Amino acid sequence: MKPSDHLDPFQQARTEQGVSKIDDQNDPVNMVLRLKDVRKCAHNWKTYSSEATPGRIVVPSEVNIRDTRQIPFEVDPPKHSAFRELLDPWFKRPLQDKYRDKLRKQISTLIDDVNQQDSIEAIYNFSLLLQSRALTVLMNTPESEAETFISWGTHVFRSEDDPLDAAKAQQLYDYIDQKIDEAEANPSDDLFSTLLAAEVDGERLAREQIKGIIILTFAGGRDTVINMVTNTLAYLADHPESLQRLRDEPEIHTRAIEELIRYFSPLTHMGRVATEDAQVCEHAVKADSRISLCWASANRDETVFENPNEVVLDRKLNPHVAFGFGHHNCLGATHARTIMHILIEQLVSKVDHIDFINAEENIEQWGDSKRKVGYHKLHLTFNAR
Amino acid sequence: MAKITFITRDQQAITLEASSGSVMELAVQNSVSGIDGDCGGVCSCATCHVHVAPKDVSKIGAPSEIEQDMLELDDNANEYSRLCCQMEISEELDGIVLNVAH
Repeated sequence: MKPSDHLDPFQQARTEQGVSKIDDQNDPVNMVLRLKDVRKCAHNWKTYSSEATPGRIVVPSEVNIRDTRQIPFEVDPPKHSAFRELLDPWFKRPLQDKYRDKLRKQISTLIDDVNQQDSIEAIYNFSLLLQSRALTVLMNTPESEAETFISWGTHVFRSEDDPLDAAKAQQLYDYIDQKIDEAEANPSDDLFSTLLAAEVDGERLAREQIKGIIILTFAGGRDTVINMVTNTLAYLADHPESLQRLRDEPEIHTRAIEELIRYFSPLTHMGRVATEDAQVCEHAVKADSRISLCWASANRDETVFENPNEVVLDRKLNPHVAFGFGHHNCLGATHARTIMHILIEQLVSKVDHIDFINAEENIEQWGDSKRKVGYHKLHLTFNAR
Repeated sequence: MAKITFITRDQQAITLEASSGSVMELAVQNSVSGIDGDCGGVCSCATCHVHVAPKDVSKIGAPSEIEQDMLELDDNANEYSRLCCQMEISEELDGIVLNVAH
């Protein structure tokens, strides 16, 4: 086994039972593990709702640290569609050249910087910086705001020793309140001002709704993007032949990025609440109980993917669900994919190889299953071309 | 070269020409409305869904099982549905008409 490998902890439960029941703060969850079942449940919003008590569809549940409903994430159709119509154009801006140029400049500067250091700790010296700066492009706020985001650490709701830290969450809510106040007083062309001026179904958004959209923007793209970037660096350090191949074959970049995202599946799963008694592959699901759609397990489903536990950089058919599936698919996916494209493009042009020094893995515990989602610490040396 | 006609949801007909690549790439390069190709063509996102004109079905053939599974859960799917990222452009496709599904 290589240090950058991510094993599949769900294989036995997926093939034998198809679901795995875990506890979470006395609100148990039936994790759905097979790709086809995950897709079917994601599609069936009438039975498996996202519009439960705010925070309840997240696993671990955030009901005790959050009252604000995240939008459009915790809203069911048809209201959900109206919010997506409003937000999709903003979150598709990463397709514009101007947006990509800004990201390219940030990432190129960051790589130049780490190329000159003897060694770095990749999360705090690279991924956190990259994610925080890129977020200012997504929200169209001054890049200097990134300093604040960096000071919050890697997760907006978790601290080093507490997976659900209410004080830390409050820090984000206070920041958002302050920024909405500023945008009300001095409108600009950032996300806060744009939402203040926006209408859904002919009505202005309430402040609580704006907060819900912004909290989603911060929370959904924080540790997911950080893990995606960090895991990619670890993989390329561990596989210099892959870095070389990406340099030689730019035409495979799109496939390689989808494959890395499938393999890492930065978000392990997302919950739903059953609105009625139901069944998932012959297992009873009681009304008002939770299921989760386990993207990480579905993405290793051996009935769909050949060699599911290998990174096949040019995998041609790759029906992964790492960005979710159906109408709730990831709002930030275009931003995330664009970050990956520019990261790979800049790495192959500026870095000859990366040395893997050592790492401390970040392991999640889901019932009896332990899943590596990324790293707590990752020490690397970048060698410039 | 193959001439391929896309008919968007607002009934605009756009005819494009190419000799290689996927039909999805051709549509995205020419900003055909309703074809996004978010995943770049690996059959993961279903944002390149088209209905093949009945007269052209035999030229294009049936979807693979993986593609069929994606289409099954799309509300606009019918017997003519295909994901056009899975259609490689060749002379064979000359003259086909595709109705954009979304």
